[in-house]
Amino acid sequence: MSLWEYANPVKFLALSARVQPFAWAAAAIGIFVGLAWGFFATPDDFRQGSTVKIIYIHVPAAWIAINAWIMMLVASLVWLVRRHHVSALAAKAAAPVGLVMTVIGLLTGAIWGQPMWGTWWAWDPRLTSFLILFLFYLGYIALWEAVEDPDTAADLTSVLCLVGSVFALLSRYAVLFWSQGLHQGASLSLDKEENISNVFWLPLVVSIGGFTLLFLALVLYRTGTEIALRRTRALGVRLDRHT
Amino acid sequence: MALSLSDLAVARGGVPVLSGVSFTLDAGQALVIRGPNGSGKTTLLRTIAGLQPALSGSIEGADDTVAYAGHADGLKAMLSVAENLTFWAAVYGRRNIDAALAAYALAPLKDRLTGTLSAGQKRRAGLARLMVTGRPIWVLDEPTVSLDTHAVGLFADAVRAHLRAGGMALLATHIDLGLDADVLDVTPLLAQANTLHGASDEAFL
Amino acid sequence: MIALLVRDLRLAFRAGGGFGLGLAFFLILVVLVPFSIGPQSALLASIAPGILWLGALLACLLSLDRLLALDFEDGTLDVLATAPLPLEAALAVKGLAHWITTGLPLVLAAPVLGVLLNLPAQGFGWLVVSLVLGTPALSMIGTFGAALTVGIKRGGLLMSLLVLPLYVPTLIFGAEAARRGAVGMAVETPLLLLAGISLGAIALLPFAAAAALRMTIR
Repeated sequence: MSLWEYANPVKFLALSARVQPFAWAAAAIGIFVGLAWGFFATPDDFRQGSTVKIIYIHVPAAWIAINAWIMMLVASLVWLVRRHHVSALAAKAAAPVGLVMTVIGLLTGAIWGQPMWGTWWAWDPRLTSFLILFLFYLGYIALWEAVEDPDTAADLTSVLCLVGSVFALLSRYAVLFWSQGLHQGASLSLDKEENISNVFWLPLVVSIGGFTLLFLALVLYRTGTEIALRRTRALGVRLDRHT
Repeated sequence: MALSLSDLAVARGGVPVLSGVSFTLDAGQALVIRGPNGSGKTTLLRTIAGLQPALSGSIEGADDTVAYAGHADGLKAMLSVAENLTFWAAVYGRRNIDAALAAYALAPLKDRLTGTLSAGQKRRAGLARLMVTGRPIWVLDEPTVSLDTHAVGLFADAVRAHLRAGGMALLATHIDLGLDADVLDVTPLLAQANTLHGASDEAFL
Repeated sequence: MIALLVRDLRLAFRAGGGFGLGLAFFLILVVLVPFSIGPQSALLASIAPGILWLGALLACLLSLDRLLALDFEDGTLDVLATAPLPLEAALAVKGLAHWITTGLPLVLAAPVLGVLLNLPAQGFGWLVVSLVLGTPALSMIGTFGAALTVGIKRGGLLMSLLVLPLYVPTLIFGAEAARRGAVGMAVETPLLLLAGISLGAIALLPFAAAAALRMTIR
């Protein structure tokens, strides 16, 4: 019994159907608990007041925005090396989710930035990096839409994802070099000293967990849709050849 | 020196079109491939030329030996015939293009820009490109399109000379060139491919 | 390889080859800038390095459309893919030809246009150096973008969408080097990083471009 068995679309769908209800439920609970706890059960920050509470949406969205791209990178590599269709389609399915999370991260950041920094937008390294990530998502999705043959589309988008990852990383460092920012340091870090205090930290972790489960559920669901589309296409081809 | 295919299956856009293609072509032999439109002749030739991977089966003797001529000629409109041929000769590490010009009666046209030639003249220049590569196996997809009777004769002569010199030729064509060549009709192989597994979409069914 | 380079250069310089279009675009863009910003020379001087870099980048982008599309249509890429020359080398050479016909003229024209934008005297040298080091990366990244989109009908706009984000690091380091040069600051760091990007792009992107092209031809 190996993990690769689930690379078979039919087996994947069966597993996905069993996992999805739990993923949706756990995501709903995680997000509800995380947000409720964060919004109503934590004190206001002594400097930022209640505006700080947007962190419970902002940070999880940004977390997913980055990790969705990393997941797409891994899935692209699996497709290029092992030619498993589910992997390519999972990457395709994750891209719009990542795009939306990037937009949510940017928007909540703007809403938070207005009272804090007095401006909706600043060319701060972190903000700029997310804007660039947004452009990479757009290009990746546009390439998927433009190529007619699905396997060629999977190939080309995988190559773009690989090369794009390198350039996204380069851009990250280029942007750091180019502008020193306003943005506060990392909200979560392994270094205990740098962490935000525990009162804020625990609900934030719960919320991030909920968002991650939401991402999982959405990608499973969307991958299922992509598989159904390919299945329809395959049936159409088969029908053509027998008539 | 031989080209040998065994139980080759080829796919177009992830869908199998031909399967069980087996033949051996020895030095000096030609093979004509026939079949209705859309039967996968072009796909088969492109697979042999190495432009796309085979679905299953094997091709031997095609590494660095094939000169491929598809529907497009690979010639630049803004370069003269001689410049085009010299370029392709150089890519294959060769220099002399005179024999190719002579074989297709292109000498009077050699300084004309390729873009100003008629379709048939352009086709002749495209076929002359095969001669400058110096490769033994010619893989030709509908080579006689837009050629007149005289030019078809020139082409048949060029193929015969190539075969006499120990070359090989694989042609997809509907015209009888008067070559001493075997014919492979792919129609039965098409039917087989219908029941073949291994299509890229197969996994979804 | 030399034959391919000579052929591409010859094609570019022949009528209809599109040589000079990028250059003319660069000129017009730079001339339009004072019309939109205003003629104050201090303001123009401060934005000159950035505008010149952005203009060079857009002019480069403009000619990428033709880099592979014409060869794809007339069957040249099919033949090149079956030729003894590795496709990676062929694409590196095509990138080089693009740089010679587009990047190099832009580098040479940039100081002249710098005069129009009141670029400070000390900035001219560094502007040229930064463009010399950076434009090869623009050409190679563009070759990769062209290889990704060559099989797509009306792929030009899509290619811009894919290539422009990839241009970000090159633009940042290039324009930063030119800006620092113009105001008399140390330029070594951005110049070295810029050269690093160019070298990396030249070394690695031909492989990615060839992989993408093989996927399209198939």
